[in-house]
Amino acid sequence: MEFLTEHFDDFVNGFFRSLSIALWGAVGSLLLGTLLAVFRVSPIPVLQGFGAAYVTLVRNTPLTVLLFGMAFGVPGLGINASFYLFGVVTLILYTAAFVCEAIRSGIATVPIGQAEAARAIGLTFGQSLGLVILPQAMRSVVPPVGSVIIAMIKNSAVVGAAGVGSDLFSVYKRMTSALGYAPLPVLTAVAVAFLIMTLSTGALLALAERRMAVAR
Amino acid sequence: MTGSESNVASTGRRPLVELRDVDKHFGALHVLRSVDLTVGEGEVVVVIGPSGSGKSTLCRTINRLETIDSGRITLDGRELPAEGKELAKLRADVGMVFQSFNLFAHKTVRDNVTLGPVKARGKSAAEARKKADELLERVGVANQADKYPAQLSGGQQQRVAIARALAMEPKVMLFDEPTSALDPEMINEVLDVMISLAKSGMTMIVVTHEMGFARRAADRVVFMADGQILEDAEPEQFFTAPRHERSKDFLSKILTH
Repeated sequence: MEFLTEHFDDFVNGFFRSLSIALWGAVGSLLLGTLLAVFRVSPIPVLQGFGAAYVTLVRNTPLTVLLFGMAFGVPGLGINASFYLFGVVTLILYTAAFVCEAIRSGIATVPIGQAEAARAIGLTFGQSLGLVILPQAMRSVVPPVGSVIIAMIKNSAVVGAAGVGSDLFSVYKRMTSALGYAPLPVLTAVAVAFLIMTLSTGALLALAERRMAVAR
Repeated sequence: MTGSESNVASTGRRPLVELRDVDKHFGALHVLRSVDLTVGEGEVVVVIGPSGSGKSTLCRTINRLETIDSGRITLDGRELPAEGKELAKLRADVGMVFQSFNLFAHKTVRDNVTLGPVKARGKSAAEARKKADELLERVGVANQADKYPAQLSGGQQQRVAIARALAMEPKVMLFDEPTSALDPEMINEVLDVMISLAKSGMTMIVVTHEMGFARRAADRVVFMADGQILEDAEPEQFFTAPRHERSKDFLSKILTH
């Protein structure tokens, strides 16, 4: 356990780096995923088509392929940014496709009469969705979206492996190759750090689910 | 159908809702066949008929919850616009009460009533709340204002739904079988609210099986079968001397017990 006491700061920094990837990933993918879901249920064919095409394309492409595509392809377009930014953006783009489908399934659980009543009192499509449909859809969406977000936190390790730098996965690489520690204990420590993130996410989700169950 | 027009002319009311030659199909099913109907301002029209006759569909076309294949529907002289902001504005002027209440499940009773006025009419929260409390008082559920719809009985929910529609100060109220989903002991509390509304001069189009309501509150009864309006008459005449064979048949079936 010497590696932990000697390099605890590296672990803490790695943890916060990974946490920031996960947090930005969660915020971004929830926003983009919700927007895509709105596109898919909107009455405008162009938006519907875009949403469906996006989900089909992105959901069926491996994350690593997307990551390398971003890392090698986008700078070719003259856009330069840090690996960290590329990594987070890719993670958002990838996860949003799954968030979109989870939210869409939640929208389908809201009875059609709710939308009719909203339209009948003169709410526009956007108002009906934002004030009546989505708030009710969110209740049934918490468990599946939670799973997607937890999967995304773990995928942030893949993003790290693609070379974001100074995240938990980079810490693992440095410990085991440059500093020569045995892989298994270091890996265990990394796993525990991820567990702290995923388990607390799970606890937050349980809380959210309980809060929403009361308000009806 | 000339009955509707002659009736309106005879009572001298200003036409508020007009359907002209309206047709609609659901796939192969022809649910509305060349329907003509005029409802004058302040008039209470009850639409009855066997299930599948198109009466609910007719009701729902008036605020364009159902689109039509051909024909014209005008509200207060204006043709129904296509989907969009204009249609939303028009729907705000048409109150609708559904068979299954459709109260917003995630909002309290009071918030159900204030949502439309605040979001669609741009009223202040305080103003909307004051109006909501008056309306909830009027339909007799003022003491339930802070509860959620699921905590109310069906009859209470439907009265809240009426208050929610009235909060928009609509020009016309549509009722799509408002008592069909209610337990028998709750039907009257809803009908009482509707009768007092009718007496207050509200223009109402009511799809219902409640013949008692039709007799007490309706100015006209419209009988539909197979997507057509077969008879359009004053309640007394319709119930005592129906002209059409289908009306006679329908009445004999529902009035025998």
